[in-house]
Amino acid sequence: MQLEFVGWFQILLGTLWRFWPVWLALAVLFALSFAFKKRLGLYGQILDTGVGIAGVFICGFWLFSAIFAGTIAPFNPLGQYPIMKDALPGAIEPNSGQIFLFGGDTLARDVFSRMVFGSQIVMIIAPAATLFALMVGTTLGLPAGFFGGKIDTFLSFLANLVLAFPVILLFYLLVTPGIMETPIPYTMAGIFFIFPIIFFCTLFYTRYSHRPGLLAIQIGLTVLIGGWIYAGLVFNADPFGIVAIRPNELNIFVAVVFASSPGVFRIVRGLSMDIKTRDYVAAAQTRGESSWYIMLWEVLPNARGPLIVDVCLRIGYTTILLGTLGYFGLGLAPESPDWGTAIKDSSRLLRAYIHPALPPVVALMSFVLGLNLLADALREQSLKD
Amino acid sequence: MLTFILRRLGVMALTMVCLTLVVFYLVNLEPNLRRLALSQIDMRSSEQHIESWLTRMGYREPFLVRYGQWIGVVQKQPAADEAGNPVSRFRYCTEPSEPTYSGVLQGDFGCSTTFRTTVADRLWPALGATGILMFWVMVVMVPVSLLIGIFAGMREGTRTDRTLSVASITTTATPEYVSGVIFTVVFASWLGWLNGSAATATSQGISFYNFTLPVMTMAIYGIGYIARMTRASMVEVMTQQYIRTARLKGLGFGSVVVKHALRNALIAPFTVIMLQFPWLLTGVVIVEVMFRYQGFGFTLVSAAGNNDIDLLLGASLVSVFVVLSTQLISDLGYAYLNPRIRVQ
Repeated sequence: MQLEFVGWFQILLGTLWRFWPVWLALAVLFALSFAFKKRLGLYGQILDTGVGIAGVFICGFWLFSAIFAGTIAPFNPLGQYPIMKDALPGAIEPNSGQIFLFGGDTLARDVFSRMVFGSQIVMIIAPAATLFALMVGTTLGLPAGFFGGKIDTFLSFLANLVLAFPVILLFYLLVTPGIMETPIPYTMAGIFFIFPIIFFCTLFYTRYSHRPGLLAIQIGLTVLIGGWIYAGLVFNADPFGIVAIRPNELNIFVAVVFASSPGVFRIVRGLSMDIKTRDYVAAAQTRGESSWYIMLWEVLPNARGPLIVDVCLRIGYTTILLGTLGYFGLGLAPESPDWGTAIKDSSRLLRAYIHPALPPVVALMSFVLGLNLLADALREQSLKD
Repeated sequence: MLTFILRRLGVMALTMVCLTLVVFYLVNLEPNLRRLALSQIDMRSSEQHIESWLTRMGYREPFLVRYGQWIGVVQKQPAADEAGNPVSRFRYCTEPSEPTYSGVLQGDFGCSTTFRTTVADRLWPALGATGILMFWVMVVMVPVSLLIGIFAGMREGTRTDRTLSVASITTTATPEYVSGVIFTVVFASWLGWLNGSAATATSQGISFYNFTLPVMTMAIYGIGYIARMTRASMVEVMTQQYIRTARLKGLGFGSVVVKHALRNALIAPFTVIMLQFPWLLTGVVIVEVMFRYQGFGFTLVSAAGNNDIDLLLGASLVSVFVVLSTQLISDLGYAYLNPRIRVQ
């Protein structure tokens, strides 16, 4: 049977049309942002520059694509439509009459739908892993920089140990199917995921220890919510069944957190060493504040500028790491629609068909570019102050 | 200075011991050993058969003893055949059939079970091939990125600066597996100028036709980062008092940049370039797999894929050594180049 095709112009229009929820959401986002720009602080300031607007636009685009993926994508990302095998862009699927906007891949799946659903995987894992790495790096980096001495030597040695590993070797050792039979990923997850709970408990305790009523509520909430997520992620035993993670995803998550925490540690340690010499730290010490109070409520807030920039860059770097994992077929399921796996599958057949390779490549590149632009705009604004 | 170097070397040795211990532990996990046994004997071997093979080959000895054997401080025991007589563990590596001290310290990296040869036979040629690739990457990457950085940082805030900055941000957002695909599509599939595979580089020698794409792909990711560091360093130098003095005494802009600014602006990029090596190692793996070039990265991936214990250990040792020694060189070089910083 002969496939029917639509022209390039219609593909373009069709693609723009399919993304309508994203355009709508972006329009609302920008309208609100510009309306309340004065009151939005740093975020409002980065909208003054072209680079910042571009960054917000691209990141927002992929964020909303991930949220509305079900509406945008016309097909199931895992669904196979045999007649559409290697179909060129613009081919019309005879049964539903829908268009394969970017063509079909070698397993006859819709490249466009896979690209859209691929953004979901990136959007969930990359920011979450970065936040966990931030928690681990901050909780260890602050005392290392603040106290110095033996703690610093020991923690820095550990961080350098991890940093001396080439990332790819680390992934090959940590993200193999075999390792999921051992307790290693769960032990590591157990260690890493306890850090946010420790962090928030210390944060509230140091500030509100003289107001036991408020403190009890805060610590209680932290332990309750933290413990709930902890149980779901590490032991896969969420009593409500909402927080759940598949073993291979947990493995990836842990490996990515492990690989990026030492970087955060180094930055936080450096900032903490720099800031502890400031006058307001000396003032707090004179007031008789505890070391942890100074670290969490004096040093950390003043280190936020470089940290926010670093988080932006790091989410991008984590996206690249996820792509690397997908490219080497580590951890993620072989039919998973994430961009790295899609690039791996299509780059092998590049000589025959190029159209399945380009959408995931452009998607990954544009998202990381958006994050880097955002980081650049943030850096420029925080330097201005 | 000498004590500093000695202390750094000591820390380096300690780091290497710790890291190889970790790698040794991870490759010797039970599922990995079983995978190795299955690939070495029969795929449908019984549970008992696997266990007896692992015992006979010495994989069941205590962890630290085996690590000591690999290092070369404990005697390596020969394997036992079915009857219990000592035989060479891997015949294709001509391993001795009597106990000997034969580990990394003695220069014996062991035996690769995937390639059926000694690790040294496999690893050193692969490293040589990767060395050639790295050399060309450096030849392309360093001058291009320094030039971009200097031109961008020379006059901060101009249109050239902004264009070059956005361009370098774009390249840092392009990991090797992305740029590799884009370049292959453009230069190999579409224009047909270059070969999309470097497999012929190993057999027939390197040519512009088969080697440009891998080099380009690897260089592009690093260029943006180094260029941005150079730009930042250049911008900082250009605001210094002595640059203004040089301008005020009537020197031309070009001469100020070349004679006064460059020497100080290039100190920071030097360390950045040296610290790029860990990233380049990851890039090497991706590029060599993508373009089928038989180098270090290719060997590492096949070793990891088949759980080739000795080869994987050798490869990690080499890569960790490269990373640590470049860090040391970068620190020493920085102290040497920058007279304001002297190591205590």
